[in-house]
Amino acid sequence: MADLQTSDPSTDTEPRRRFTQPGRDGVPALLVKVLFLGVVVGTAIALSPALVGNGSWFFLGAIWVVAAILVATYATGRALPAKYLVPGTLMLALFVVYPIALTAKTSFTNYGDGTRNDKQTTVDQIVGSSVTRSADSPQYNLTVATDGDPASGPFTYFLVPQDDPESVFEGTADGLEEDPSGVTLDNGRVTAVDGYTILNIKQISAASDALDEIAVPTDDDTFIVRDGTSEAFEGAPTLVYDEDADTITDTTSDTVYTVAKQGDREYFVDGDGTRISDQSWTANVGTRNYERIATDSQIRTDFAKIFVWNVVFATLSVVGTFLLGLLFAITLNDPRVRGQKIYRALLILPYAIPGFISLLLWSSFYNRDFGLINDLTGLDVNWFGGATTAKIAVLITNLWMGFPYMFLVSTGALQAIPEDLREAATIDGAGGFAGFRRITFPLLLVTVAPLLVATFAFNFNNFGAIYLLTGGGPFTPENPTAGGTDILISYLYRLAFGAGGVQIGFASAVSVVLFVITGVMAALQFRATRSLEDVN
Amino acid sequence: MRRLSRTLGPVAVAVLALTAAGCGGGSGSGSGSSDADSTSSSSPSADGGGGDADLLVWTDALKIDAVKQVAEDFGEANGINVKVQAISEDLQGSFVTADAAGNGPDVVVGAHDWIGNLVQNGAIDPLNLAPDELSGYSEKAVQATTYDGKLYGVPYGIEALALYRNTEVVPDEPASMDDAIAAGEAAVKAGKVDSALNLPVGELGDAYHMEPILTSFGGYIFSYDDATGYDAQDVGIGKEGSVKAAEEISRLAKAKVLRTSISGDNSIALFTSGKAAFLVSGPWALADVKKAGFDYAIQPVPGFDGEEAAAPFMGAQAFMVAANGKNKDIAQEFVNNGVNSEDAMMSLYEGTQLPPAMTAVQDQVDDADLSVFTEAANAAAPMPAIPAMASVWEPLGKAYAAIVSGKDPVSTIQSAGDTITKAIADAG
Repeated sequence: MADLQTSDPSTDTEPRRRFTQPGRDGVPALLVKVLFLGVVVGTAIALSPALVGNGSWFFLGAIWVVAAILVATYATGRALPAKYLVPGTLMLALFVVYPIALTAKTSFTNYGDGTRNDKQTTVDQIVGSSVTRSADSPQYNLTVATDGDPASGPFTYFLVPQDDPESVFEGTADGLEEDPSGVTLDNGRVTAVDGYTILNIKQISAASDALDEIAVPTDDDTFIVRDGTSEAFEGAPTLVYDEDADTITDTTSDTVYTVAKQGDREYFVDGDGTRISDQSWTANVGTRNYERIATDSQIRTDFAKIFVWNVVFATLSVVGTFLLGLLFAITLNDPRVRGQKIYRALLILPYAIPGFISLLLWSSFYNRDFGLINDLTGLDVNWFGGATTAKIAVLITNLWMGFPYMFLVSTGALQAIPEDLREAATIDGAGGFAGFRRITFPLLLVTVAPLLVATFAFNFNNFGAIYLLTGGGPFTPENPTAGGTDILISYLYRLAFGAGGVQIGFASAVSVVLFVITGVMAALQFRATRSLEDVN
Repeated sequence: MRRLSRTLGPVAVAVLALTAAGCGGGSGSGSGSSDADSTSSSSPSADGGGGDADLLVWTDALKIDAVKQVAEDFGEANGINVKVQAISEDLQGSFVTADAAGNGPDVVVGAHDWIGNLVQNGAIDPLNLAPDELSGYSEKAVQATTYDGKLYGVPYGIEALALYRNTEVVPDEPASMDDAIAAGEAAVKAGKVDSALNLPVGELGDAYHMEPILTSFGGYIFSYDDATGYDAQDVGIGKEGSVKAAEEISRLAKAKVLRTSISGDNSIALFTSGKAAFLVSGPWALADVKKAGFDYAIQPVPGFDGEEAAAPFMGAQAFMVAANGKNKDIAQEFVNNGVNSEDAMMSLYEGTQLPPAMTAVQDQVDDADLSVFTEAANAAAPMPAIPAMASVWEPLGKAYAAIVSGKDPVSTIQSAGDTITKAIADAG
């Protein structure tokens, strides 16, 4: 490995020098460069109007900064290292740093089910959906018409009461007028009006913002509002929002709803604390989500127990799959074995089946009464019924899922070890197992150790293996939130998305914590594996 | 050297191809975004955006054909372009997220028990159907789709659990659950079947399928009031009726009638392969049972001897109008008049084979099995749609599973009640 790395730059110097001199690359390279930069700038220009329209200033800035960086890097001949570093750095920022920053930002809010909108939207929705049909109010057949432009109006409603299909009303924001002139009635619906254009369904939909302004007032403090595109009804909003006082008043009962905090959310509530609606809104909660992780007594006791099993699970998964994969690799690496290719293909099969399908299948294998495993072995083990057997089942399945990868990796690493090293060892008297232990295995570890660390980190957060197999179970009646096979990620998933609906703010705080834990463990392991490199 | 060039040649070609593809992709996305930009900037004057569709409907993969039929009929009648998309994974969650981001559908077709969550997220708008239009639907369906005193969906199908019986194993209709279990156990003893009663429990529990037992013993999840609906402050789990139900569940588990090895995944398949005498399931199992090749009978789930009638959960499938759809007027028109008609309801019934919610269609349908389900649904209680229900499913299901695996029924159900009450308080 080390040899390869040091030889890399020397083989690269030739093409690299050519790239340092722009203009001498030849026409095709220049064309590619111009085309690429053109696409970059073109994309930025094309996206700008939409971003300005949405007011997304952050993204607008980000896009132009990225475009500027790309142009500055590749259009000029200077800053050679940047040409190699910029693409990777941008990708890192886009796909790693940005999501992490966004997650961290969300972790300080209460964003989730019931708090997805901002306050203004929530108030608009509560008030807007309070329009109630007045008692036995007539339903009208509605025709929307305009004596101006179908897109901008002004618009007029022509209304025919459904219970009196012979009479016609003309409605505008000024009020209702009976029996307008020049109206053609057909089957209880106005189909033509002299001097007016009748809007079709698409035009009504397009003009909906302007039409929303039209509420035709009637005599008794109600309004005629459209319902869809062909009907209208008489009704009135029963709730009124007072922006200065920040209260909502129910006009039918004169109840005043004020903003009050219930739990970690704000609602509009009346004097007794009864909510007007379950709708709350997004708010900053500071470090509350982190405090909840740290102080909730249930979470604290569960966390320690689950952490231990999490480490055991990840360690045993890595060690088990590595040993089994290595065993197969060594066996099949022996030239005396016939049909190596067939065996290798067969061994890789578990790896070729999509993981979630194998997991669901394995889950059914463990069924006590109808599962394959008890059927074949004649056992009567209630696999997922007890914590210990469930843990064993999870480990067996994960072993099956994971060993082909280790087999592939080990096979590759074994074949990369020069044959003469082993021959030399045999001549020195270290043949057989001693040769393997002292020569082959250490050399193998140099290649494989970083992958073992990566596999550990993967298994540490192997959500699918737990969630699809046991769902974290079995659970005890006292504690339905932490199960016998739960690892941190499956447990925290349940906390954040299980009972009480989706709590994205809390889930983000939890992911940040988990990110730190996994990061620290991976860093420690990489430091430990660095000593292996001394072998070479 | 020749060997090297031979291996490098194809590699170089591949790299070039990839670069070209990358460039192509880059320019493609560039022009694509400018397209999107042009439609969005012209949308206020033109047709409200939303791609090329004037009405976008989301439904699940099972119902897409039926929904498509109705939507296309509406589109043709009104000269508009209709698009129906199936969201196969987590339709409710995807809809809430997409609607909040402003790129969701105009209409969503889903179960009524989503309404509470959709309303608290401001994802759907109330409907304003006239009272005489609503009277055309079965009372339970309207009750189910009404939330906080407002109608949020036009129901088209209703469903509830019923009791399937393999009549080749048990010829006589049982009058009570006890009779059914006794007959089933006799059949197991005689070696005719492996399981007396397939009532899904699973390792993680199944509060939905256990509801008939809970209610037969007078248990309830939330108290119900006709005027105000379900009351999240009055949790019935842990109280007297639920304790009696838990004791019965424990007894049935000891008799191996209820087993964690029977879950929603395998209960229907085990019944259709002739391994069970009875099955508790909904209309969704009907197609498989019909194909099973033995004689069967369906009846509403009976109660236990001397106890109350069993009341399983009733569910309604409904069309709902998205709050942030791009074509809200057309969406409202579609739901109010396109879906809310006898022809559309008939077509939805034929496409989904769900017991219809419209009474006029119920009367036309001549199918003995479906009328049993209609009867069962009309006798059942609508599944609570309030958001607090999210705090119930998991702890209650797990408590049932624990009781079936041999834990003490009384303390288990009581601690489940405590957990649920605490979770509801925590959720605010």
